[in-house]
Amino acid sequence: MSKLPHSASLASKGSATTTPRIGVLGLQGDFSEHLTTLRGMGAQGVDVRRPEQLDDIDGLIIPGGESTTIGKLAQSYGIIPKLRERAAQGMPVWGTCAGAIFLAKDVPGHPHPLAELMDITVERNAFGRQIDSFESDIDVEGMAGGPFHAVFIRAPKITRIGPGVVVLARLSDGTVVAVRDGTLLATSFHPELTRDERFHRLFLSLGKG
Amino acid sequence: MSTNDRTNVRPGPALPATGGPNSTATWTLKSGLARMLKGGVIMDVVTAEQARIAEEAGAVAVMALERVPADIRAAGGVARMSDPQKIIEIMSAVTIPVMAKCRIGHFVEAQVLEALGVDYVDESEVLTPADEQFHVQKHDFKVPFVCGARDLGEALRRINEGAAMIRSKGEAGTGNIVEAVRHLRAILTEIRTLAGLKDTGLDAKAEEYRVPVELVRDVAKNQRLPVVLFCAGGIATPADAALTMQLGAEGNFVGSGIYKSEDPARRAKAIVEATTHFNDAKLIAEVSRGLGEPMRGLSLETIPAGERLAIRGW
Repeated sequence: MSKLPHSASLASKGSATTTPRIGVLGLQGDFSEHLTTLRGMGAQGVDVRRPEQLDDIDGLIIPGGESTTIGKLAQSYGIIPKLRERAAQGMPVWGTCAGAIFLAKDVPGHPHPLAELMDITVERNAFGRQIDSFESDIDVEGMAGGPFHAVFIRAPKITRIGPGVVVLARLSDGTVVAVRDGTLLATSFHPELTRDERFHRLFLSLGKG
Repeated sequence: MSTNDRTNVRPGPALPATGGPNSTATWTLKSGLARMLKGGVIMDVVTAEQARIAEEAGAVAVMALERVPADIRAAGGVARMSDPQKIIEIMSAVTIPVMAKCRIGHFVEAQVLEALGVDYVDESEVLTPADEQFHVQKHDFKVPFVCGARDLGEALRRINEGAAMIRSKGEAGTGNIVEAVRHLRAILTEIRTLAGLKDTGLDAKAEEYRVPVELVRDVAKNQRLPVVLFCAGGIATPADAALTMQLGAEGNFVGSGIYKSEDPARRAKAIVEATTHFNDAKLIAEVSRGLGEPMRGLSLETIPAGERLAIRGW
């Protein structure tokens, strides 16, 4: 049933199946694009909007969207403490664009609550407004198959990384746009807006010991 | 609790081909920003202070206006693009995307808005049309456009001109949801009708809609618009917002419904939460409690035919 090379790497909770159950935070944003990608790869994609659903998944993706909206809704309905608890247990979490902002410990000027899981500083809208949005080919550390075509929409920059955080990709000017810290992943861009599944595969492999 | 454990999230628009290795203003980027707004509420604001209230309430974007539609309706006369000064003030007040309206067919207002750096232009029937024959050729712009539609043909004509997002029109400034429901249902029903058609039927539809048959085939096959579909025009309560989402909208525009009510900040937040948790009636009940007076609202029958906004555009 599963077409995934890494399907066994995330132990499926309480079930004999090897198909990982990956949640996508569906409060706001392009969650359905992530779900479509996951399902196309043979993973089980789950729309997550309530904290108790976090007990029932093997990994969580925070999609693109508006970080102020996602942060407020996540706080109103108790998602943040539960997510911190599950991440501390080793559940892989990946944030794309607004999701990367949501995961960062330091976001200058961000008025709203965030998950604060990764020791990185993320600067919002750092490339400018929509008119400055762009697509670019980037080389990703350890990723086979050539450059990754990355879509940046009102994207943030990762301006500081803490100890233990590994840079996975930079733009040609050196700007950091993808980082990993153990089972946590953050990208300034939107792999879910391309048909290239390599970042989703990388995420699915993160649970591996 | 499984109140919101919905496994059937509607897929977004099919992914278009991406641009070159270093590109800007591509279709992926224009239609992509609308994808980032899904599940959210875009609020009309007329001052920087209102914009901050909207952001604080959880709006995904604001629409910078000189007057909300209810006031445009009351004032009469010609409604135009807002004063750039006002738009700049609103852009510097918030970090969320800022949209602004140009008149139908007024491509110079659109150029001005692009030059100001707004994130989306709404070519809007709420303003007085500038051209009775042509809408703006939106593919020529770097800034993405959203346009209103009452039915599938109108939506596809706008997309064919380059609109990267569609909103059902409703009847702006009334606080009455009936037209929004009519237009949303028309678009979605017509999409379902296409599923049953063979080649000749799709050819006939393309002719009827005055768009290329490839666009009609794409909608028939994917059973959705190739861009994100929001609802607009008449949303006044959290239940209104959830109604449009249950019917099939991917997000909401709310204008007069917020700042013409008794407690805008609370109502705005409640409408945001109802839009996200649109299938959770208990939650909608909870956020709707004690919100104060909603916008008074207008019955459609009391609006003279010549003052209907939705009929503008074609």
